[in-house]
Amino acid sequence: MAEFTSDPVGKSVPRIDIYEKVTGSATFADDMQFGPGLYYGRLVRSPHAHALIRHIDATRALQLPGVKAIVTGADVPKNIGLYLIDRPIFARERARYVGEPVAGVVAISEEISHQAAQLIQVEYEELPAVFDPVEATRPGAPLLHPDLGAYKVANFIFPEPGSNISEHFKLRRGNVDTAWAQCAAIVEGTFRLPQIQHVPIEPHVAVSLWEASGQVTLWTCSQSPFAQRDLIAQSLDIPHGNLRVVSPYVGGGFGGKAGVSMEVCAVSMARAVKGHPVKLRMTREEEFIGTTVRQSLVAHTKIGCDSAGNLLAMETQYYFGGGAYNDYGVNIARAAGYSCTGPYLIPNVKGDSYCVYTNQPIGSAMRGFGMPEIHWGIEQIMDQLAEEIGMDPADFRRRNCVKSGQSILTGMQMPPIDLVACIDKATEAIDWGKRELASAPHKRRGKGIAVMWKAPAMPPNPGSAAIVRFNEDATVNVSIGAQDLGQGAFTVVAQMAAQALGVPYEWVRVSVPVDTKYSPYEWQTVASRITWSTGNAVKAAAEDARRQILEIVAGHWGENPQDLEIKDGVVFSYRTEEELPLKGMVIYGLPNENFEGWKGGPIVGQGRFMPTYVTNLDFETGQGTRAVVHYTVGAQAIDLEVDTETGEVTVLRIASVYDVGKAINPDLILTQIEGGAVHGMSSAFEALHYDRQGRPLNPNLVDYRIAAATDIPLEIHGDFVETPLEDGPWGARGVGEHVMVPTAPAMANAIYDALGIRFSDLPLSAEKVFRALQEKQEG
Amino acid sequence: MTHHTITVTINGARERLDVPSNMTLLQMLRDKLALTGTKNGCEAGECGACTVLVNGEPVNSCMMLAVEADGCEILTVEGLAPEGRLSPLQQAFVEHNAVQCGFCTPGMLMSAHALLQRNPRPTEEQIKQALVGNLCRCTGYVRIIRAVQAAAEEGGA
Repeated sequence: MAEFTSDPVGKSVPRIDIYEKVTGSATFADDMQFGPGLYYGRLVRSPHAHALIRHIDATRALQLPGVKAIVTGADVPKNIGLYLIDRPIFARERARYVGEPVAGVVAISEEISHQAAQLIQVEYEELPAVFDPVEATRPGAPLLHPDLGAYKVANFIFPEPGSNISEHFKLRRGNVDTAWAQCAAIVEGTFRLPQIQHVPIEPHVAVSLWEASGQVTLWTCSQSPFAQRDLIAQSLDIPHGNLRVVSPYVGGGFGGKAGVSMEVCAVSMARAVKGHPVKLRMTREEEFIGTTVRQSLVAHTKIGCDSAGNLLAMETQYYFGGGAYNDYGVNIARAAGYSCTGPYLIPNVKGDSYCVYTNQPIGSAMRGFGMPEIHWGIEQIMDQLAEEIGMDPADFRRRNCVKSGQSILTGMQMPPIDLVACIDKATEAIDWGKRELASAPHKRRGKGIAVMWKAPAMPPNPGSAAIVRFNEDATVNVSIGAQDLGQGAFTVVAQMAAQALGVPYEWVRVSVPVDTKYSPYEWQTVASRITWSTGNAVKAAAEDARRQILEIVAGHWGENPQDLEIKDGVVFSYRTEEELPLKGMVIYGLPNENFEGWKGGPIVGQGRFMPTYVTNLDFETGQGTRAVVHYTVGAQAIDLEVDTETGEVTVLRIASVYDVGKAINPDLILTQIEGGAVHGMSSAFEALHYDRQGRPLNPNLVDYRIAAATDIPLEIHGDFVETPLEDGPWGARGVGEHVMVPTAPAMANAIYDALGIRFSDLPLSAEKVFRALQEKQEG
Repeated sequence: MTHHTITVTINGARERLDVPSNMTLLQMLRDKLALTGTKNGCEAGECGACTVLVNGEPVNSCMMLAVEADGCEILTVEGLAPEGRLSPLQQAFVEHNAVQCGFCTPGMLMSAHALLQRNPRPTEEQIKQALVGNLCRCTGYVRIIRAVQAAAEEGGA
């Protein structure tokens, strides 16, 4: 390991957090100690998917020794929500999914809180429920939110009151009706994806303390400490300055620890027992049903091309099963709407993307934010079109994929990217076009490809701020409000700060935990936006500090700051070759001649970044000047085999290539690609299952399997392309989420190559594959 | 709740402890001894985040009662680098970027440590089998397997 890394941007320096994490000393929320005054919370959850709450009787629970408080919806009258404020903190009058919090118990031990929860009697009147998003849009479907029209909503989200539609995004470009006639091939299909869960290995934990003075603290594993502060402050009427959210290391997020889920329950329960911290920790079962899940999707998609293989028209309806409430849900449907074509240039598009209430757990952000869902269908249809006109699927994508400078579906000009280069590298890595033998006579081998795009999906103006402070020995503390969920954000910002300051990487520390009381503002650690957005803020803060230093030293030497540079922690002059180490001067300044006074002082740099150029889109057409900040694009090629006797799919090789703009830390990108490829592969086999009453059947890690060490592909070939992003730090753009988007459709295309069978619905369970093989043989 | 006095050796130090009958080894380590390096991921023996070594064998500490550990020798992640000097396995995790969020890492290290103790030159398949009970959602296991291989080549745990 290098001990002194100059100019670290572009180098694979070790993770800044790795020593703590391999020694078990990294603090996670559950590891924090709160002393003997700590109380324990437990949530009482609805056993019904849809029911009116007639009466809650907590008498017996309150009589149990050690029970300190019971909180219900009556105690928390306001709703909470990110874009559409639709969710009660505890159900009021109506419960809308199995697992919805109806009451919260606070007790002196975890055990007593569990006992008390069982003593709370809730009288329900069951209502008809709806689980399928398409059914939920039909007239006469059970209505989940009769008050939808009264909810506060962001100005770019369009619910349809009187229905279960919480968002409808419309994309209209060209004229699809006249374009179909010019198509030589048209493929149409319906594609379904079930709800799946993030399954971070660390379950959600929140501890909250409400002091008599009105100061409120929430310690939790959070991707969004500032957004949580904002939303919880609003829903519980706490002045923002009085609410402090502290987030130590996060044990995996994938979107599930963004926004607000159970944390607000912990704060409401702490209010009932002022002066005592209250700890609420999700069991694994609660993690599945009581936090958030990825939304389900039903997609009806039709795409056509001419005989030369040029895409001409696309019509699509996306029905996202949003679950009972919206956290990010409405904005996922919006993002799926304005990116509805996938990374293709199609002149005529009619897209409708809906977020629909269903009586299921809350659908929300998960790695890829709508993109894994829509690419599942799009990428299979592209293969079918290529086959119909007799073109290689990779060539079909090279021809039609979006290119820099093109006017894309929203009318926005595509920022610089090179998807063709990604396709070239990915196909080459798995010997595309070369037929290869399966490992046994009863196995069939196939190759498939899928491409992807994804833009950070967020409000137009999410901001980042950073502070860079020097210590006496010229080591540096970087403070940011962004979080490291494992993706390596702290390492990358340390590299950027070191590079911009001219100090070695090893001199930089990143302040942990993120604490809204002391850390500068960050909108949220989501959307693969930290390298880009927080990176820009950190770069600006470091440049601010550097400017201060150079001004002081230039004054000291009687030189022009422009002639000075900082390298390896030493200021030097290009003109006079004079040198001065940063050590000491960055705090104490420099003495004037003969010690007649001093100049300078402690160096603190500050920086911020906020995109200022994103515009609104027309409600009827989805057209506008700049829909999003940028897109990251990429391609995956997969080589797999299918066991025809069991239906089991074994992925042999995944080649995965993304245009990252600039690889700030190349090895960290490869670790994202590897982890994302396995996450994507695993997601193709995952599904939450429910019975007819909407009760979850597999909320545990035995019945809901995620990929284990024995399931991974033999080879994961990660690579990247570097087409600089105009406003990215050193040209960098994000890549953390993108790496799982194309995996499932690339697998489906490879399975088709192996078996000649298409699967329009996930999961790709062995049973489903086996049955399809049987049907094919019989047919 | 009945309490029991047990004697255990934890990371080389003998401890006499008073534990309730229903306390798990995981609760004892985390709540009684503040050895919070061992993580709680499911409390059902399904994720492996709480793996510790009991008499050299990897055990899901959420599935073992503290009283059952009476007289046993327990090794946790805190015991791998007692003087702050990383073990060869930990060093290999550092060099191969085998960590992302870090929540599964302690359990992963303990299972791998046990493997290398009993089989200093495991094959890739044997490594995967030894880690099959330790779930990781971030890394895709690639670097973890590579790190265990590297540690084996360097001469063991």
